[in-house]
Amino acid sequence: MVDLAPLWISLKLAGVTTLVLLLLGSPLAWVLAQSRGRWKPVVEAITALPLVLPPTVLGFYLLVILSPAAPFGGVWRDVTGSSLTFSFTGLVVASVLYSLPFMVQPLQSAFETLGRGPLEAAASLRAGPWDTFVNVVLPLSLRGYLTATVLTFAHTIGEFGVVLMVGGNIPGRTKVISIAIFEHVETIDYAQAHLLSGGLLVFSFLILLLVYTLNRRFPVHLGRL
Amino acid sequence: MTALSFDITQAQGNFTLNACYAGDMSGVTALFGASGAGKSSLLRALAGFEKSARGKVVLAGETLLDSAAGRFVKPSKRGFGMVFQQPNLFDHLDVAGNLRFAERRAEGLPGPQYDAVVEALDLGPLLAQRSQTLSGGERQRVAIGRALLARPRMLLMDEPLSGLDSKRKAQILPYIARLPQQFALPVVYVTHAVDELTRIADKMIAMDAGRVVAFGDLPEVFPRLDLDAGGSHFEAGAILQGQISDHDPDLHLSFVTVEGMRLSMPSAPLELGAPVQLRVRARDVMISKGRPEGLSAQNVLPVTIANIIEEPDTAFAELFLKAETQILRARITRAALAQLGLARGQKVFAVLKAISFDKRGF
Repeated sequence: MVDLAPLWISLKLAGVTTLVLLLLGSPLAWVLAQSRGRWKPVVEAITALPLVLPPTVLGFYLLVILSPAAPFGGVWRDVTGSSLTFSFTGLVVASVLYSLPFMVQPLQSAFETLGRGPLEAAASLRAGPWDTFVNVVLPLSLRGYLTATVLTFAHTIGEFGVVLMVGGNIPGRTKVISIAIFEHVETIDYAQAHLLSGGLLVFSFLILLLVYTLNRRFPVHLGRL
Repeated sequence: MTALSFDITQAQGNFTLNACYAGDMSGVTALFGASGAGKSSLLRALAGFEKSARGKVVLAGETLLDSAAGRFVKPSKRGFGMVFQQPNLFDHLDVAGNLRFAERRAEGLPGPQYDAVVEALDLGPLLAQRSQTLSGGERQRVAIGRALLARPRMLLMDEPLSGLDSKRKAQILPYIARLPQQFALPVVYVTHAVDELTRIADKMIAMDAGRVVAFGDLPEVFPRLDLDAGGSHFEAGAILQGQISDHDPDLHLSFVTVEGMRLSMPSAPLELGAPVQLRVRARDVMISKGRPEGLSAQNVLPVTIANIIEEPDTAFAELFLKAETQILRARITRAALAQLGLARGQKVFAVLKAISFDKRGF
C-alpha cells in the first residue's frame, strides 16, 4: 500500500506557501516595480538570493534562526507554545523564503510592463491607489499572476534540501513527497519510489499543460468589471 | 469662471521648470511653446504626477499643492481630468467599461451624463469594442469621453492629437473645440502646433525654456510671439478680430470694423456682420509721426507705441502698437527708429500696407 500522506503534506505546503506569497509578494513586487530608490538593488538582490544559494545553506541559516534557542524562534515558541523547527509552520516559513523570487520576479516584471500610463489614467479618473491596484493593475497583470502562482507552487512541491534541514523527516507532519522518494530509494524500495515519482511527474505536467492552455486561450482579458 | 493659479519649480536634470501664472481658465486655454519648453512637465505637475515639483497650485480656491506648508493633494483628489498623448485605455475593459469606470467614480458630482458624452463624441458604435480593435483617433475620442465622465473641474489635455495624422486630427479637433460650451468645462490644451492653437484656443499661455513668457487672449498674445521656427520674422504679425460692416461693389472693397476702427480690404464674399479674423504682418506696417497725406495706402490707424524691442545684431526693431484694445506689430529698421526718435507711449500713425483674411477662423 502506498503511503499518500507525504503527497498531501506537499500539496498543503505548496498551497499555503503560494497563498502566503501572493499576499506578501504582491506588495513587495509592486514597491520594487514603482521604486527608483537607491535601496532597490539591495532588496532585489536579497529577494533573488534563494535562486543562487544551495538549499542547504538557506536551510542551515533558517534552522539557526528558527530554533527555539535563537531569539526569533524563542519568541515564537513563547507566544505560540510550539517550536518552528521540525513543524509544518516552520516548513511554511522556510518555503516562503525559498520560493520568494519565483513569486516576486514574474509579478515585478508584469507590473513594470504595465508602465505608468494606466496608473496615471486611473488616478486622473479619481481612482485612489487601492482602487487602482484592484481594478486596473490586477486585471491587467493576470498573466503575470498566473505564471508566478504556478512557478511558486511547482517550486515548493519540488523542494528538498531546505525542507530536510528545517523540517526533518517526521511522518505525517514534515515528511514531504521529495523526502519520501529519497527515503524509498535509500531503502531500495524502487516500486514505491516509482509510484511517487511517476505520480509527481504526471501531476506536474498536467498542471503546466493546464496553465499554458489557459494562457493561450485567454491571453489578457478576463471579462469586464 | 474657474480660477487657476500656480507657481511651480521643478528641476529635471539640466532643465528647470519655473512657471508662474494666475487667471480665469474658462474656455480653451492653449499651453503653447516649442518642444522642450516645459509644457507637459507643467501639466503633469498641475495634475500631481510630478512629486518633485515644488511651489503652489490653487484651483478654484482649493490649495492642491503648497510645498512650503507640506500640502500635497493626491492626483486622484485634485479634480483635474487628463487626456494624455497616449490614450491609456484599460485593455481589460471594452469601451463602455472604460466610460463606466470613470462614471462610477464620479457619482453624485455635477457634470456630463453618460448618454450626452457618448452622443457628443459619437461613441455609440464603439461601445462594445475593445481598445485593441479601435483606430488611434477612436481611442483618443474614447479617452476624451472617459475623462469627461470623471466630471473634472478642469480638463488637461497633453498634446492629445500628436500621435495622429492630419486627417484624423481634423476629425477630432471640432469635438475638442466644442467641449467648453457643451459641458461648461475649462480646458487646458498643450500644443506646439500653430494650426491647433488658432483653431481651438480662446486664450493662451506661452512657454519658453521652462518659463511662462506671455499669456492672455489669443489675439492679443499671438502677435507678440515669433511663431515660425528658425527666428524668421517674415510671417510674424498680429491677428485682429472684427465684423464685416459693408461692401462697396463698384470698387470691389469690403469694410471691416475692428473695435470702432474701419479697415478696407479687397472684397470678400461674406455676409454683413460676419465675424472675421484678419492677419497683419509686422513687415506690412509702417509708422508715421503725423497723419500721412498723399499715400496710396488706405488703412491708417492712430496708435500708441506700447513697446519697442530692438533686435541686437540686426538692422531691425519690433514695435508693439496699441490701437484701442487691439495690438498691432510693426517691423521697422533701427535707423528709422532713431531718425524718427520714437519712444514708448508716443502717439503715432500706423500705415497698414496689406491685410489678409485669416482663414483659420476660430
